Amino acid sequence: MENAFGQPQNVVVLGGSSDIARAITKKLCAARARSIVLAGRNPSLLAEAESEARQFGAASTAIVLFDAEDPSSAARTVSESFEKAGGEVDLVIVAVGLLGDQSADENDAAAAARIMTVNLTWPVAALAEVRRRLLAQGSGRILVVTSVSGIRVRRTMYLYGGAKAGLDRLCDGLADSLEGTGVTLQILRAGVVRTKMTAGHKEPPFTTGPDEVADTVIKGLATSERVIWSPPALRYVFALLRHLPKPIFRAITDR
Amino acid sequence: MSRETLYGWGHTTGSVAEVTSPANEEAIESLFATSREIIARGLGRSYGDAAQLGGGVVLMNRELGGVGAISEQGVVTVGAGVSIDELLYVAIPQGWFVPVTPGTRQVTIGGAVAADVHGKNHHVDGGFARHVIDMRIVTPSGASTVSPTSDPELFWATFGGMGLTGVVTSVTMRLLRIETDQVLVDTDRFANLDEVMNAMASGDGDYRYSVAWVDCMTKGSRMGRAILTRGEHATAADVATPSLREPKKPKLFVPFSAPSGLLNSLSVKAFNELWFRSAPRHEEREPTSLSTFFHPLDGVRDWNRLYGSRGFVQYQFAVPDGAAETVTNAITRLSQSGVASFLAVLKRFGPANPGPLSFPVAGWTLALDLPVGPATLPGLLDELDELVIAAGGRIYFAKDARLSPDKVRAMYPRLDDFLEVKRRVDPNNQLTSDLARRLQLTGR
Repeated sequence: MENAFGQPQNVVVLGGSSDIARAITKKLCAARARSIVLAGRNPSLLAEAESEARQFGAASTAIVLFDAEDPSSAARTVSESFEKAGGEVDLVIVAVGLLGDQSADENDAAAAARIMTVNLTWPVAALAEVRRRLLAQGSGRILVVTSVSGIRVRRTMYLYGGAKAGLDRLCDGLADSLEGTGVTLQILRAGVVRTKMTAGHKEPPFTTGPDEVADTVIKGLATSERVIWSPPALRYVFALLRHLPKPIFRAITDR
Repeated sequence: MSRETLYGWGHTTGSVAEVTSPANEEAIESLFATSREIIARGLGRSYGDAAQLGGGVVLMNRELGGVGAISEQGVVTVGAGVSIDELLYVAIPQGWFVPVTPGTRQVTIGGAVAADVHGKNHHVDGGFARHVIDMRIVTPSGASTVSPTSDPELFWATFGGMGLTGVVTSVTMRLLRIETDQVLVDTDRFANLDEVMNAMASGDGDYRYSVAWVDCMTKGSRMGRAILTRGEHATAADVATPSLREPKKPKLFVPFSAPSGLLNSLSVKAFNELWFRSAPRHEEREPTSLSTFFHPLDGVRDWNRLYGSRGFVQYQFAVPDGAAETVTNAITRLSQSGVASFLAVLKRFGPANPGPLSFPVAGWTLALDLPVGPATLPGLLDELDELVIAAGGRIYFAKDARLSPDKVRAMYPRLDDFLEVKRRVDPNNQLTSDLARRLQLTGR
């Protein structure tokens, strides 16, 4: 069970080898998390994440492999993860994502569809099964990693941003539908984070490291706030950016 | 059954369960036959997650009512769903008092057993268990009357067992004879913690009731300034017009949740200052009503709403007599941290009873109310846990909403005795709760 400070004991991480997920998992283990199930694609990265979790205090860990390009694997992945968690799951983190290379992907129908599948379709399919299981538990928390790139979609990143926008808006409605069920959903809207996914891209203002994101998440989990912005200042930056006239928005974001 | 979101009194982590109110033992037995996981709940005064069970069945005990006739010796059989308030309503006019009442009358007899509650007289009269003759318990293996001689293991495991050994349906207990509804109270103000602890260690034995309110937000030489109130039941000869009136219903209430943050370090400091200054420096044998002395917060219904939607935690620990400095260290850490903390309650405990999970141990207990919010609070309380364990103490499950399961065994070294009884009466682990899951009290 999660305690009074929003510190979970049993955690399932979908996309468990992502740098953001790993940073969050470490901090959760340093607090109360004892059972961690890491689901992902890359066995060697997952094994690294697993030993990290143990090092930070997890007593029981498990790995589940899945392919996010195949939405039909989502329900099975979630079931297997819950079973390996052994007991009630306090927190499910959905941190599945693929940035892609838009200049190539936008000319390739299959590649464009893949960005949608990994960032939107697979997570939504997984959330359906997560929702079902947590509702039966009568308790639990879901953290979905979206992105500020979905708040106002940029022309240089419309595939990824568009998919994250879909996930973000969908989760807002899903969270509302969970009101009064004992289950809550929080959205992590992260700015650009220095990770292996963004390596090689130039750093816009408000870029942070994964540890800073994790700190913000830990604070956010202690509240029932619907949206966790990381860094928190982006809440105000985007309140402005989303209403800028198109030419100005393009000029700012193309720099 | 209906699906409801249930919280503890601290309103921190809620969960949704099927809720049902059986009126007799047969109905409870059939629930055990048809439901996978069950916990009983009374008036929801446990601060944390002891009386909730996400996805399971929560058995409300309030239909298990009835107060029997009080015998010449003060023996009475009471339904487990009867509140101490309701029992006092019947008992006081007949000249009897419930021998152990916690800081609120709004707990059921079943809840009082499950938490093995203590009152201001623990140093003299022990906890609730000492006054119970026998009780009816329904477990997944059947219903029986359990006394310290018929099944001592189950009897004692149930006191402090947080409902995990069975559903108590009725209790036969001894009441305390009183001549009036007044208490004669001595009040003293102390400038710091050392002074009040010395006064309690040397003088509490002369009083049936004793409790100190300590200010954990003052620093330096005034750290832990305190108000000590001690009293005795007034005899008919002590007061001008002896009366035996039932407790009054609360007149004040908090209509809705205050914004979180209303109770911050500034407002709490101001409240503590006011409270301290409003107490007399020294006063003797002041006649005070039973309600005012025992249950001051019962005068304000739903006072927990003052803490706002994020709620609050209560941290209550007990340490043995030799570890008085742990109390000092804990209060020092709190006052240095600047975390808002209402007047803490400090009390001396008498000897422990044989219950493996019963909270009191001879020595000191300190209880603190802390609003959820400050980022440093979780870590601070984890540090206090270490201090408490180092001193051979423990924290009170009825108040807990945040302990780590890793620390339970160090605090309750007889946990295995408890689990052995639990396995006997509940082999399939049907009796569980969010607290039991969090602290791994089910032996799974």
